[in-house]
Amino acid sequence: MDDSEIVLKKTPLYDIHVKYGAKIIPFAGWEMPVQYKAGVVDEHMAVRTGAGLFDISHMGEISIKGKDSLDFINYLLTNDYSDIEDGQARYSPMCNEKGGCVDDVIVYKKGQDDYLMVVNAANKDKDFAWINSHKTDDIQADVEDISDSVAQIAVQGPDAISIVEKICKAEDIPENYYYACFDRDILGFDCIISRTGYTGEDGVEIYCPPEAAAPVWEKLIEVSEGKLIPCGLGARDTLRLEAGMPLYGHEMNDDISPREAGLGMFVKLEKEADFIGKDALVKAGDPKRGKIGLKVTGRGIVREGQDVYKDGKKVGVTCSGTFLPFLKGAYATALVDAGVRELGSVYEVDVRGRRVECEQVKSRFYKRA
Amino acid sequence: MRDERDLRYSKTHEWVDMSDDNTAYIGIDDFAQSEMGDIVFINLPDVGDTVEAGEVFGDVESVKAVSDLISPVSGKVIEVNEELIDNPGLINEEPYEAWMIKVEDAQEADGLMDRAEMDSFIENEK
Repeated sequence: MDDSEIVLKKTPLYDIHVKYGAKIIPFAGWEMPVQYKAGVVDEHMAVRTGAGLFDISHMGEISIKGKDSLDFINYLLTNDYSDIEDGQARYSPMCNEKGGCVDDVIVYKKGQDDYLMVVNAANKDKDFAWINSHKTDDIQADVEDISDSVAQIAVQGPDAISIVEKICKAEDIPENYYYACFDRDILGFDCIISRTGYTGEDGVEIYCPPEAAAPVWEKLIEVSEGKLIPCGLGARDTLRLEAGMPLYGHEMNDDISPREAGLGMFVKLEKEADFIGKDALVKAGDPKRGKIGLKVTGRGIVREGQDVYKDGKKVGVTCSGTFLPFLKGAYATALVDAGVRELGSVYEVDVRGRRVECEQVKSRFYKRA
Repeated sequence: MRDERDLRYSKTHEWVDMSDDNTAYIGIDDFAQSEMGDIVFINLPDVGDTVEAGEVFGDVESVKAVSDLISPVSGKVIEVNEELIDNPGLINEEPYEAWMIKVEDAQEADGLMDRAEMDSFIENEK
Protein backbone atom coordinates (compact mmCIF):
# COMPACT_ATOMS: atom_id res chain seq x y z
CA MET A 1 0.00 0.00 0.00
CA ASP A 2 1.19 3.50 -0.77
CA ASP A 3 1.88 5.65 2.28
CA SER A 4 -0.50 8.33 1.10
CA GLU A 5 -3.41 5.89 1.29
CA ILE A 6 -3.00 5.35 5.02
CA VAL A 7 -5.51 7.50 6.84
CA LEU A 8 -3.95 8.83 10.01
CA LYS A 9 -6.10 9.02 13.11
CA LYS A 10 -6.64 12.24 15.03
CA THR A 11 -6.96 12.40 18.79
CA PRO A 12 -9.86 14.41 20.25
CA LEU A 13 -7.28 17.14 21.01
CA TYR A 14 -6.12 17.59 17.41
CA ASP A 15 -7.82 20.97 16.88
CA ILE A 16 -6.40 22.23 20.18
CA HIS A 17 -2.88 21.24 19.11
CA VAL A 18 -3.31 23.23 15.91
CA LYS A 19 -4.67 26.16 17.92
CA TYR A 20 -1.61 26.10 20.20
CA GLY A 21 0.73 26.14 17.19
CA ALA A 22 1.85 22.51 17.28
CA LYS A 23 3.97 20.98 14.57
CA ILE A 24 2.08 17.81 13.63
CA ILE A 25 3.83 14.62 12.52
CA PRO A 26 2.65 11.08 11.74
CA PHE A 27 3.39 8.74 14.65
CA ALA A 28 2.21 5.14 15.03
CA GLY A 29 -0.77 5.77 12.75
CA TRP A 30 -1.73 9.04 14.45
CA GLU A 31 -1.33 12.71 13.66
CA MET A 32 0.47 13.86 16.80
CA PRO A 33 2.10 17.09 18.00
CA VAL A 34 5.90 16.71 18.04
CA GLN A 35 6.35 20.16 19.56
CA TYR A 36 4.55 23.45 20.12
CA LYS A 37 5.84 26.98 19.67
CA ALA A 38 8.06 26.82 22.76
CA GLY A 39 10.15 24.03 21.19
CA VAL A 40 11.47 20.75 22.60
CA VAL A 41 14.07 22.29 24.93
CA ASP A 42 11.68 24.73 26.66
CA GLU A 43 8.95 22.08 26.88
CA HIS A 44 11.43 19.64 28.43
CA MET A 45 12.62 22.24 30.96
CA ALA A 46 9.02 23.14 31.85
CA VAL A 47 8.44 19.54 32.97
CA ARG A 48 11.67 19.45 35.01
CA THR A 49 11.08 22.81 36.71
CA GLY A 50 7.30 23.51 36.51
CA ALA A 51 4.68 21.49 34.71
CA GLY A 52 3.90 20.18 31.23
CA LEU A 53 0.73 18.91 29.58
CA PHE A 54 0.76 16.00 27.10
CA ASP A 55 -1.84 14.46 24.81
CA ILE A 56 -1.21 10.72 25.02
CA SER A 57 -4.58 9.66 23.64
CA HIS A 58 -2.79 7.55 21.02
CA MET A 59 -1.94 4.99 23.71
CA GLY A 60 -3.96 1.76 23.55
CA GLU A 61 -6.22 0.46 26.31
CA ILE A 62 -7.31 -3.15 26.59
CA SER A 63 -9.83 -4.27 29.18
CA ILE A 64 -9.43 -7.78 30.63
CA LYS A 65 -12.28 -8.99 32.79
CA GLY A 66 -13.60 -12.27 34.10
CA LYS A 67 -12.93 -15.14 36.46
CA ASP A 68 -9.58 -16.10 34.94
CA SER A 69 -8.35 -12.60 34.16
CA LEU A 70 -5.61 -12.53 36.82
CA ASP A 71 -4.26 -15.96 35.83
CA PHE A 72 -4.36 -14.95 32.18
CA ILE A 73 -2.43 -11.72 32.88
CA ASN A 74 0.15 -13.68 34.88
CA TYR A 75 0.51 -16.02 31.88
CA LEU A 76 0.87 -13.16 29.37
CA LEU A 77 3.27 -10.97 31.35
CA THR A 78 6.67 -11.54 32.95
CA ASN A 79 5.96 -9.54 36.11
CA ASP A 80 3.98 -11.06 38.98
CA TYR A 81 0.47 -9.70 39.45
CA SER A 82 -0.58 -12.17 42.18
CA ASP A 83 -0.42 -9.57 44.93
CA ILE A 84 -1.58 -6.49 43.00
CA GLU A 85 -4.10 -4.44 45.02
CA ASP A 86 -7.25 -2.68 43.89
CA GLY A 87 -6.22 0.64 42.35
CA GLN A 88 -2.61 -0.37 41.90
CA ALA A 89 -0.67 -0.14 38.63
CA ARG A 90 2.20 -2.44 37.69
CA TYR A 91 4.62 -2.30 34.75
CA SER A 92 5.67 -5.38 32.81
CA PRO A 93 7.28 -6.54 29.60
CA MET A 94 5.13 -8.93 27.52
CA CYS A 95 7.33 -11.63 26.00
CA ASN A 96 7.07 -13.88 22.98
CA GLU A 97 8.08 -17.59 23.13
CA LYS A 98 11.70 -16.71 22.25
CA GLY A 99 11.92 -14.35 25.22
CA GLY A 100 11.85 -11.21 23.04
CA CYS A 101 9.43 -8.39 23.81
CA VAL A 102 6.00 -8.16 22.16
CA ASP A 103 5.49 -4.90 24.06
CA ASP A 104 5.86 -3.30 27.47
CA VAL A 105 2.64 -2.47 29.29
CA ILE A 106 1.08 -1.17 32.47
CA VAL A 107 -1.76 -3.14 34.06
CA TYR A 108 -4.17 -1.55 36.55
CA LYS A 109 -6.35 -3.57 38.88
CA LYS A 110 -9.65 -1.80 38.90
CA GLY A 111 -11.36 -4.37 41.10
CA GLN A 112 -11.98 -8.09 41.50
CA ASP A 113 -11.53 -9.76 38.05
CA ASP A 114 -11.36 -6.35 36.38
CA TYR A 115 -8.08 -5.14 34.85
CA LEU A 116 -6.99 -2.43 32.43
CA MET A 117 -3.88 -2.92 30.27
CA VAL A 118 -2.28 0.16 28.70
CA VAL A 119 -0.12 -0.55 25.66
CA ASN A 120 2.02 1.33 23.16
CA ALA A 121 0.11 2.92 20.28
CA ALA A 122 2.31 1.34 17.62
CA ASN A 123 1.76 -2.13 19.11
CA LYS A 124 -1.91 -1.97 20.02
CA ASP A 125 -3.33 -4.10 17.18
CA LYS A 126 -0.42 -6.55 17.44
CA ASP A 127 -0.92 -6.86 21.22
CA PHE A 128 -4.67 -7.36 20.93
CA ALA A 129 -4.17 -10.13 18.34
CA TRP A 130 -1.39 -11.67 20.45
CA ILE A 131 -3.50 -11.71 23.61
CA ASN A 132 -6.49 -13.20 21.79
CA SER A 133 -4.34 -15.85 20.12
CA HIS A 134 -3.35 -17.11 23.59
CA LYS A 135 -6.84 -17.02 25.03
CA THR A 136 -7.78 -20.66 24.73
CA ASP A 137 -11.41 -21.72 25.18
CA ASP A 138 -10.87 -22.82 28.77
CA ILE A 139 -9.73 -19.33 29.83
CA GLN A 140 -12.68 -17.31 31.11
CA ALA A 141 -11.65 -13.75 30.33
CA ASP A 142 -13.26 -11.04 28.24
CA VAL A 143 -10.62 -9.13 26.30
CA GLU A 144 -11.80 -5.89 24.76
CA ASP A 145 -9.95 -3.16 22.89
CA ILE A 146 -11.48 0.00 24.40
CA SER A 147 -8.91 2.42 22.95
CA ASP A 148 -11.46 4.37 20.90
CA SER A 149 -13.45 5.25 24.00
CA VAL A 150 -10.47 6.41 26.08
CA ALA A 151 -8.48 9.63 25.75
CA GLN A 152 -5.40 10.29 27.89
CA ILE A 153 -3.83 13.48 29.17
CA ALA A 154 -0.59 13.55 31.18
CA VAL A 155 0.26 16.37 33.59
CA GLN A 156 3.90 16.06 34.64
CA GLY A 157 6.36 18.08 36.67
CA PRO A 158 6.96 19.36 40.22
CA ASP A 159 3.91 21.66 39.96
CA ALA A 160 1.64 19.04 38.33
CA ILE A 161 -0.23 17.87 41.43
CA SER A 162 -1.00 21.38 42.68
CA ILE A 163 -2.52 22.21 39.28
CA VAL A 164 -4.61 19.01 38.97
CA GLU A 165 -5.90 19.56 42.52
CA LYS A 166 -7.72 22.64 41.23
CA ILE A 167 -9.98 20.61 38.94
CA CYS A 168 -10.81 17.65 41.19
CA LYS A 169 -11.15 16.73 44.84
CA ALA A 170 -7.83 16.33 46.66
CA GLU A 171 -8.75 12.74 47.58
CA ASP A 172 -9.20 11.89 43.88
CA ILE A 173 -5.43 12.11 43.40
CA PRO A 174 -3.67 8.92 44.53
CA GLU A 175 -1.18 9.54 47.33
CA ASN A 176 1.29 6.94 46.14
CA TYR A 177 3.18 6.50 42.90
CA TYR A 178 1.80 3.76 40.64
CA TYR A 179 -1.70 3.90 42.11
CA ALA A 180 -4.88 5.14 40.41
CA CYS A 181 -8.29 6.43 41.51
CA PHE A 182 -11.07 5.06 39.29
CA ASP A 183 -14.48 6.59 38.50
CA ARG A 184 -13.60 10.12 39.60
CA ASP A 185 -15.44 13.24 38.49
CA ILE A 186 -13.64 15.92 36.50
CA LEU A 187 -15.94 18.59 34.97
CA GLY A 188 -18.78 16.07 35.12
CA PHE A 189 -16.88 13.37 33.23
CA ASP A 190 -16.01 9.91 34.54
CA CYS A 191 -12.19 9.77 34.71
CA ILE A 192 -9.31 7.70 36.06
CA ILE A 193 -6.58 9.69 37.79
CA SER A 194 -3.34 7.72 37.83
CA ARG A 195 -0.15 8.75 39.59
CA THR A 196 2.10 7.55 36.80
CA GLY A 197 4.13 9.07 34.00
CA TYR A 198 6.94 8.78 31.50
CA THR A 199 9.09 11.75 32.39
CA GLY A 200 10.92 10.99 35.64
CA GLU A 201 8.85 13.65 37.44
CA ASP A 202 5.86 13.47 39.76
CA GLY A 203 2.51 13.88 38.04
CA VAL A 204 -0.63 12.16 36.85
CA GLU A 205 -2.10 10.57 33.76
CA ILE A 206 -5.82 11.24 33.36
CA TYR A 207 -7.92 8.70 31.45
CA CYS A 208 -11.17 10.22 30.25
CA PRO A 209 -13.90 9.84 27.61
CA PRO A 210 -12.89 11.38 24.23
CA GLU A 211 -15.44 14.20 24.59
CA ALA A 212 -13.85 15.20 27.92
CA ALA A 213 -10.32 15.62 26.56
CA ALA A 214 -10.66 19.13 25.14
CA PRO A 215 -12.55 20.66 28.09
CA VAL A 216 -10.20 19.03 30.63
CA TRP A 217 -7.14 20.23 28.68
CA GLU A 218 -8.42 23.80 28.47
CA LYS A 219 -9.49 23.83 32.13
CA LEU A 220 -6.04 22.66 33.22
CA ILE A 221 -4.38 25.42 31.16
CA GLU A 222 -6.79 27.98 32.63
CA VAL A 223 -6.36 27.04 36.30
CA SER A 224 -2.57 26.79 35.96
CA GLU A 225 -2.37 30.55 35.30
CA GLY A 226 0.31 30.13 32.68
CA LYS A 227 2.34 27.53 34.57
CA LEU A 228 1.31 24.55 32.43
CA ILE A 229 3.12 24.27 29.09
CA PRO A 230 1.77 22.01 26.30
CA CYS A 231 4.46 19.47 25.39
CA GLY A 232 4.81 17.30 22.29
CA LEU A 233 6.25 13.88 21.54
CA GLY A 234 9.71 15.42 21.11
CA ALA A 235 9.91 16.41 24.78
CA ARG A 236 8.19 13.16 25.79
CA ASP A 237 11.10 11.29 24.21
CA THR A 238 13.91 13.45 25.64
CA LEU A 239 12.30 13.34 29.10
CA ARG A 240 11.93 9.55 29.14
CA LEU A 241 15.49 9.03 27.88
CA GLU A 242 16.94 11.46 30.43
CA ALA A 243 15.07 9.60 33.18
CA GLY A 244 16.41 6.25 31.92
CA MET A 245 13.05 4.86 30.82
CA PRO A 246 12.91 2.39 27.92
CA LEU A 247 10.95 2.90 24.71
CA TYR A 248 9.63 -0.06 22.76
CA GLY A 249 11.35 -0.36 19.38
CA HIS A 250 14.52 1.17 20.82
CA GLU A 251 15.70 -0.39 24.09
CA MET A 252 13.63 -3.52 23.40
CA ASN A 253 11.84 -5.25 20.54
CA ASP A 254 10.76 -8.71 19.36
CA ASP A 255 14.41 -9.84 19.37
CA ILE A 256 15.64 -8.14 22.54
CA SER A 257 14.73 -9.79 25.84
CA PRO A 258 13.70 -7.73 28.85
CA ARG A 259 16.74 -8.98 30.74
CA GLU A 260 19.02 -7.70 27.96
CA ALA A 261 17.11 -4.40 28.03
CA GLY A 262 17.90 -3.93 31.72
CA LEU A 263 14.36 -4.82 32.79
CA GLY A 264 15.28 -7.98 34.70
CA MET A 265 13.58 -6.69 37.84
CA PHE A 266 10.25 -6.98 35.98
CA VAL A 267 10.88 -10.62 35.00
CA LYS A 268 9.77 -12.90 37.81
CA LEU A 269 11.21 -16.28 36.87
CA GLU A 270 10.39 -17.47 40.40
CA LYS A 271 6.67 -16.63 40.25
CA GLU A 272 4.26 -19.52 40.65
CA ALA A 273 2.56 -19.11 37.27
CA ASP A 274 4.14 -20.22 34.04
CA PHE A 275 4.37 -17.40 31.51
CA ILE A 276 5.08 -16.98 27.82
CA GLY A 277 8.81 -16.75 27.19
CA LYS A 278 9.84 -18.23 30.54
CA ASP A 279 11.47 -21.36 29.05
CA ALA A 280 13.50 -19.30 26.59
CA LEU A 281 14.57 -16.79 29.26
CA VAL A 282 15.65 -19.60 31.62
CA LYS A 283 17.49 -21.41 28.85
CA ALA A 284 19.26 -18.21 27.75
CA GLY A 285 20.78 -17.84 31.23
CA ASP A 286 22.66 -14.66 31.97
CA PRO A 287 22.22 -12.27 29.01
CA LYS A 288 25.13 -12.16 26.57
CA ARG A 289 24.43 -8.53 25.82
CA GLY A 290 23.06 -5.77 27.96
CA LYS A 291 21.93 -2.16 28.01
CA ILE A 292 24.33 0.58 29.00
CA GLY A 293 24.12 4.34 29.32
CA LEU A 294 26.60 6.49 27.42
CA LYS A 295 27.55 10.09 28.03
CA VAL A 296 29.08 11.63 24.92
CA THR A 297 32.45 13.09 25.93
CA GLY A 298 33.62 13.86 22.38
CA ARG A 299 32.04 16.32 19.96
CA GLY A 300 28.72 15.30 18.42
CA ILE A 301 25.28 13.87 18.98
CA VAL A 302 24.95 10.09 19.05
CA ARG A 303 21.66 8.78 17.58
CA GLU A 304 20.00 5.36 17.51
CA GLY A 305 21.34 2.55 15.35
CA GLN A 306 25.00 3.58 15.43
CA ASP A 307 27.83 1.09 15.99
CA VAL A 308 29.62 1.07 19.35
CA TYR A 309 33.33 0.23 19.59
CA LYS A 310 35.60 -0.55 22.51
CA ASP A 311 39.35 -0.81 22.03
CA GLY A 312 38.75 -0.74 18.28
CA LYS A 313 36.40 -3.73 18.30
CA LYS A 314 32.67 -3.49 17.57
CA VAL A 315 30.80 -4.41 20.75
CA GLY A 316 27.24 -3.27 20.06
CA VAL A 317 24.82 -0.70 18.70
CA THR A 318 23.01 2.32 20.14
CA CYS A 319 19.27 2.11 20.97
CA SER A 320 18.40 5.78 21.55
CA GLY A 321 20.40 8.97 21.60
CA THR A 322 20.00 12.71 21.48
CA PHE A 323 20.84 15.94 23.28
CA LEU A 324 19.25 15.96 26.75
CA PRO A 325 18.13 19.47 27.65
CA PHE A 326 18.21 19.35 31.46
CA LEU A 327 21.64 17.70 31.61
CA LYS A 328 22.75 19.90 28.71
CA GLY A 329 24.67 17.17 26.97
CA ALA A 330 24.46 14.36 24.46
CA TYR A 331 23.58 10.94 25.86
CA ALA A 332 22.67 7.54 24.43
CA THR A 333 21.70 4.03 25.39
CA ALA A 334 23.31 1.04 23.72
CA LEU A 335 23.06 -2.73 23.67
CA VAL A 336 26.60 -4.14 24.01
CA ASP A 337 28.38 -7.43 24.75
CA ALA A 338 27.72 -8.10 28.43
CA GLY A 339 31.38 -8.81 29.20
CA VAL A 340 32.72 -5.41 28.22
CA ARG A 341 30.39 -3.39 30.43
CA GLU A 342 31.95 -1.35 33.21
CA LEU A 343 30.96 2.04 34.57
CA GLY A 344 33.48 4.67 33.58
CA SER A 345 34.93 2.76 30.64
CA VAL A 346 35.45 4.49 27.32
CA TYR A 347 33.72 3.63 24.03
CA GLU A 348 33.63 5.13 20.56
CA VAL A 349 30.45 5.47 18.51
CA ASP A 350 30.49 5.73 14.73
CA VAL A 351 28.51 8.90 14.01
CA ARG A 352 28.15 8.93 10.21
CA GLY A 353 31.77 7.91 9.67
CA ARG A 354 33.23 9.91 12.55
CA ARG A 355 34.28 8.19 15.79
CA VAL A 356 32.91 10.05 18.80
CA GLU A 357 34.14 9.24 22.31
CA CYS A 358 31.66 8.24 25.02
CA GLU A 359 31.88 7.17 28.63
CA GLN A 360 29.69 4.51 30.23
CA VAL A 361 27.48 6.01 32.94
CA LYS A 362 24.36 4.83 34.77
CA SER A 363 21.55 4.68 32.22
CA ARG A 364 19.23 6.55 34.57
CA PHE A 365 20.93 9.76 33.51
CA TYR A 366 18.68 12.00 35.58
CA LYS A 367 17.14 11.23 38.94
CA ARG A 368 14.69 13.62 40.55
CA ALA A 369 15.97 15.02 43.86
CA MET B 1 22.91 43.89 11.09
CA ARG B 2 22.72 41.78 7.96
CA ASP B 3 19.64 42.51 5.82
CA GLU B 4 18.03 39.27 4.66
CA ARG B 5 16.76 41.07 1.55
CA ASP B 6 20.37 41.49 0.36
CA LEU B 7 21.25 37.80 0.62
CA ARG B 8 21.21 35.00 -1.95
CA TYR B 9 19.60 31.65 -1.10
CA SER B 10 19.91 28.00 -2.09
CA LYS B 11 17.00 25.57 -2.38
CA THR B 12 18.46 23.77 0.65
CA HIS B 13 18.03 26.97 2.71
CA GLU B 14 21.60 28.18 3.03
CA TRP B 15 22.21 31.91 2.58
CA VAL B 16 25.21 33.71 1.05
CA ASP B 17 26.33 37.22 1.90
CA MET B 18 28.74 38.04 -0.93
CA SER B 19 30.96 41.10 -0.79
CA ASP B 20 32.54 42.95 -3.72
CA ASP B 21 35.90 41.22 -3.22
CA ASN B 22 34.23 37.80 -3.52
CA THR B 23 34.49 36.86 0.11
CA ALA B 24 31.27 35.26 1.27
CA TYR B 25 29.62 34.56 4.62
CA ILE B 26 27.45 31.42 4.71
CA GLY B 27 24.57 30.58 7.05
CA ILE B 28 21.14 28.91 7.10
CA ASP B 29 17.86 30.76 6.68
CA ASP B 30 15.02 31.34 9.12
CA PHE B 31 12.85 28.67 7.49
CA ALA B 32 15.56 26.01 8.04
CA GLN B 33 16.21 26.88 11.68
CA SER B 34 12.49 26.94 12.40
CA GLU B 35 11.93 23.56 10.75
CA MET B 36 14.83 22.00 12.68
CA GLY B 37 13.87 23.36 16.08
CA ASP B 38 16.38 23.82 18.89
CA ILE B 39 19.87 23.46 17.40
CA VAL B 40 22.27 21.84 19.86
CA PHE B 41 25.37 20.96 17.83
CA ILE B 42 27.21 22.15 14.74
CA ASN B 43 30.06 20.51 12.88
CA LEU B 44 32.03 22.89 10.62
CA PRO B 45 35.10 22.57 8.39
CA ASP B 46 38.53 23.86 9.48
CA VAL B 47 40.11 27.09 8.31
CA GLY B 48 42.06 26.28 5.14
CA ASP B 49 39.61 23.61 3.93
CA THR B 50 37.97 24.10 0.56
CA VAL B 51 34.23 23.84 0.06
CA GLU B 52 32.47 22.90 -3.17
CA ALA B 53 29.18 24.37 -4.35
CA GLY B 54 26.44 21.77 -3.88
CA GLU B 55 28.57 19.60 -1.58
CA VAL B 56 28.24 18.97 2.16
CA PHE B 57 30.46 21.24 4.27
CA GLY B 58 29.21 20.33 7.73
CA ASP B 59 26.13 19.39 9.70
CA VAL B 60 23.79 20.85 12.27
CA GLU B 61 21.90 18.79 14.81
CA SER B 62 18.72 19.71 16.60
CA VAL B 63 17.23 17.68 19.44
CA LYS B 64 15.16 15.90 16.79
CA ALA B 65 17.50 15.25 13.86
CA VAL B 66 20.71 15.92 11.98
CA SER B 67 20.81 17.99 8.77
CA ASP B 68 23.64 18.33 6.29
CA LEU B 69 24.89 21.79 5.41
CA ILE B 70 25.20 22.15 1.63
CA SER B 71 27.61 24.81 0.45
CA PRO B 72 26.07 27.45 -1.82
CA VAL B 73 29.57 28.49 -2.99
CA SER B 74 32.95 27.04 -3.94
CA GLY B 75 36.07 28.49 -2.35
CA LYS B 76 38.50 28.36 0.57
CA VAL B 77 37.41 28.66 4.20
CA ILE B 78 39.29 31.54 5.82
CA GLU B 79 37.28 31.86 9.02
CA VAL B 80 34.91 29.71 11.08
CA ASN B 81 32.39 31.15 13.54
CA GLU B 82 33.74 29.59 16.75
CA GLU B 83 30.98 31.24 18.77
CA LEU B 84 28.42 28.89 17.17
CA ILE B 85 30.39 25.84 18.24
CA ASP B 86 30.00 26.88 21.88
CA ASN B 87 26.49 28.25 21.44
CA PRO B 88 24.70 26.73 18.43
CA GLY B 89 21.38 28.09 19.74
CA LEU B 90 22.41 31.46 18.25
CA ILE B 91 21.37 30.01 14.86
CA ASN B 92 17.78 29.77 16.14
CA GLU B 93 17.89 33.23 17.69
CA GLU B 94 19.38 35.19 14.80
CA PRO B 95 19.81 33.03 11.71
CA TYR B 96 21.07 35.90 9.56
CA GLU B 97 23.66 37.06 12.12
CA ALA B 98 24.82 33.52 12.85
CA TRP B 99 27.21 33.06 9.91
CA MET B 100 28.98 29.71 9.91
CA ILE B 101 31.95 30.05 7.59
CA LYS B 102 33.69 32.83 5.65
CA VAL B 103 34.93 31.80 2.21
CA GLU B 104 37.40 33.63 -0.05
CA ASP B 105 37.36 33.61 -3.88
CA ALA B 106 33.81 32.38 -3.55
CA GLN B 107 32.04 31.19 -6.68
CA GLU B 108 28.27 30.91 -6.36
CA ALA B 109 26.48 27.69 -7.15
CA ASP B 110 24.04 27.78 -10.08
CA GLY B 111 20.45 28.54 -9.27
CA LEU B 112 20.76 30.67 -6.15
CA MET B 113 17.75 32.88 -5.53
CA ASP B 114 17.11 36.37 -4.22
CA ARG B 115 14.74 36.95 -1.29
CA ALA B 116 11.60 37.35 -3.40
CA GLU B 117 12.35 34.17 -5.37
CA MET B 118 13.11 32.38 -2.11
CA ASP B 119 9.81 33.47 -0.57
CA SER B 120 7.83 32.05 -3.47
CA PHE B 121 9.98 28.89 -3.41
CA ILE B 122 9.16 28.38 0.29
CA GLU B 123 5.48 29.07 -0.38
CA ASN B 124 5.45 26.34 -3.05
CA GLU B 125 7.38 23.94 -0.81
CA LYS B 126 4.74 24.03 1.94
